[in-house]
Amino acid sequence: MNRLSWFNAVSLTLGFAFLYIPMVILIIFSFNESKLVTVWAGFSTKWYGELAQNEAFLNAAWVTIRVAVFSSTLATVLGTAAAYVLVRGGRFFGRTLFSGMIYAPLVMPEVITGLSLLLLFIGIGLDRGILTIVLAHTTFSMCFVSVVVSSRLVTFDKSLEEAALDLGCSPAQAFRLVTLPIIAPAVISGWLLAFTLSLDDLVIASFTSGPSATTLPIKIFSAVRLGVSPEINALSTIMIAVVTVGVITASLVTKRAMVRQKQDELAAARTE
Amino acid sequence: MGRPGLAVVDGNGCGFAGKLMRRALLIAVPYVWLLALFLIPFFIVLKISLSDVELAIPPYTPTLDLSQGWSGITDFFSQLDFENFVWLTEDDLYWKAYLSSVKIALISTVLTLLVGYPIAYGMARAPAEWRPTLMMLVILPFWTSFLIRVYAWMGILSNEGYLNQILLWLGIISTPLTILNTNTAVYIGIVYTYLPFMILPIYSSLERMDESLIEAAEDLGCSRLKAFWLVTIPLSRPGIIAGCFLVMIPVIGEFVIPSLLGGSSTLMIGKVLWEEFFSNRDWPVASAVAVVLLLILVIPIVLFQRNQQKQTEAEQ
Repeated sequence: MNRLSWFNAVSLTLGFAFLYIPMVILIIFSFNESKLVTVWAGFSTKWYGELAQNEAFLNAAWVTIRVAVFSSTLATVLGTAAAYVLVRGGRFFGRTLFSGMIYAPLVMPEVITGLSLLLLFIGIGLDRGILTIVLAHTTFSMCFVSVVVSSRLVTFDKSLEEAALDLGCSPAQAFRLVTLPIIAPAVISGWLLAFTLSLDDLVIASFTSGPSATTLPIKIFSAVRLGVSPEINALSTIMIAVVTVGVITASLVTKRAMVRQKQDELAAARTE
Repeated sequence: MGRPGLAVVDGNGCGFAGKLMRRALLIAVPYVWLLALFLIPFFIVLKISLSDVELAIPPYTPTLDLSQGWSGITDFFSQLDFENFVWLTEDDLYWKAYLSSVKIALISTVLTLLVGYPIAYGMARAPAEWRPTLMMLVILPFWTSFLIRVYAWMGILSNEGYLNQILLWLGIISTPLTILNTNTAVYIGIVYTYLPFMILPIYSSLERMDESLIEAAEDLGCSRLKAFWLVTIPLSRPGIIAGCFLVMIPVIGEFVIPSLLGGSSTLMIGKVLWEEFFSNRDWPVASAVAVVLLLILVIPIVLFQRNQQKQTEAEQ
């Protein structure tokens, strides 16, 4: 089975064409001279220039990046702790409820999460702004981090941790010196996932943001409702480029970490 | 701190009680966070769904007044009622929106499966050295902004859009097709954005499949199509089920796709909830809509979790 049958080749080609052609068109037309997005009138980078002058978009981008950095970092810490508790924590009171609260937000419609958080913030009298968006994003993205990290924790050999404990490490040291380096790729990809989820989110941010803090998706959404515009195409192109570079870097880092781990394991097996 | 051997003393110094404390803290922090920011908000939604709308800040009544002591609490509970839920059954807008959300979700799940299965199958049968790259090609759009991916279709499907331009140029049609702002556009948008959720679980179950089973079926006289139908499809069932749930559940509450690609005739409950909240400022009704939506989703969510659990048990 080293060759693709014609059926598989056709379905892969059509499938990936379907996935990528819309984005390719979007990128091409961000370099269009004309204001009319659907008519090609020559190559130009002027929309990128206009974007760089647009205060409102720049402010929104800055808010979005700050929210994403804070919420993804917080979500990584909380999500890793939650994953550790779920996989290694043994039995404790309310464990079923805890795991339910980890998995439910993954499929919860965003309108419900957004509405419920907004009602909470209003109930406790918290002013809506960057803080409330960070709290909201941390809550749903920590669940994604926890799923990513726990899938790594499940597969790794518990006896390594036990060996560290036997050799005199405290649990905290065993975690820092043994567990953390091994799960590091999962923690990093969890952080990246949380970061992009926060960068992307429109619905929850719309509910939890106030007039003082508008995020980029909220700005894009209100502009896009009026129709297609070359400026939004330019902005989309920049965001696609950032994500592409990020994902490729992350997958190379993970791959290298895995190769190194394999080599270490082989070396360890040889010295036995 | 660098040398683990030296740190043994201070590490174990806190003793058993310290260890217990740390464990409790590790459990408590994420636990309390989720209780406060995930579970408690649902009870607030439930409470407000039982309240009445009021022109005030906050725009509903009653509010709990603890300064009145016990009578404040009893007053509060006596003012709660199911009026908003009765309202949801009386106005056809709501139940039509629920029904049409479920219908759109079911149809688009089937469409996503039909588009996604051949891709997942092709990936699983591709040479092993291609697979990581193909995987990344599927995952990459999933990481790209959802909003941007929906927006990309607005330019393609509009009346002057690229699709109509190509079709007119080819002479297939003589007048532009109206696709944007119809349910067709919503289906295209859903299939496009949710495709990775369908491909990945199916791919992972197909990739694990032992290919010699197909050869055995063919040796025993099955045609290729029959072998596919009798062996491959049943073996990829857990992936199909997981993919269908991963698409269907979030689509029922979808907001962005119907509001950008759909038209005025596209009824989806996520959009209704949004408008009830942001345009009509009727928080109690919006909350009641959310409670009913959650009740509808409980069944597929429980089925999904059971499917996942069964699969993990089967692997062990």
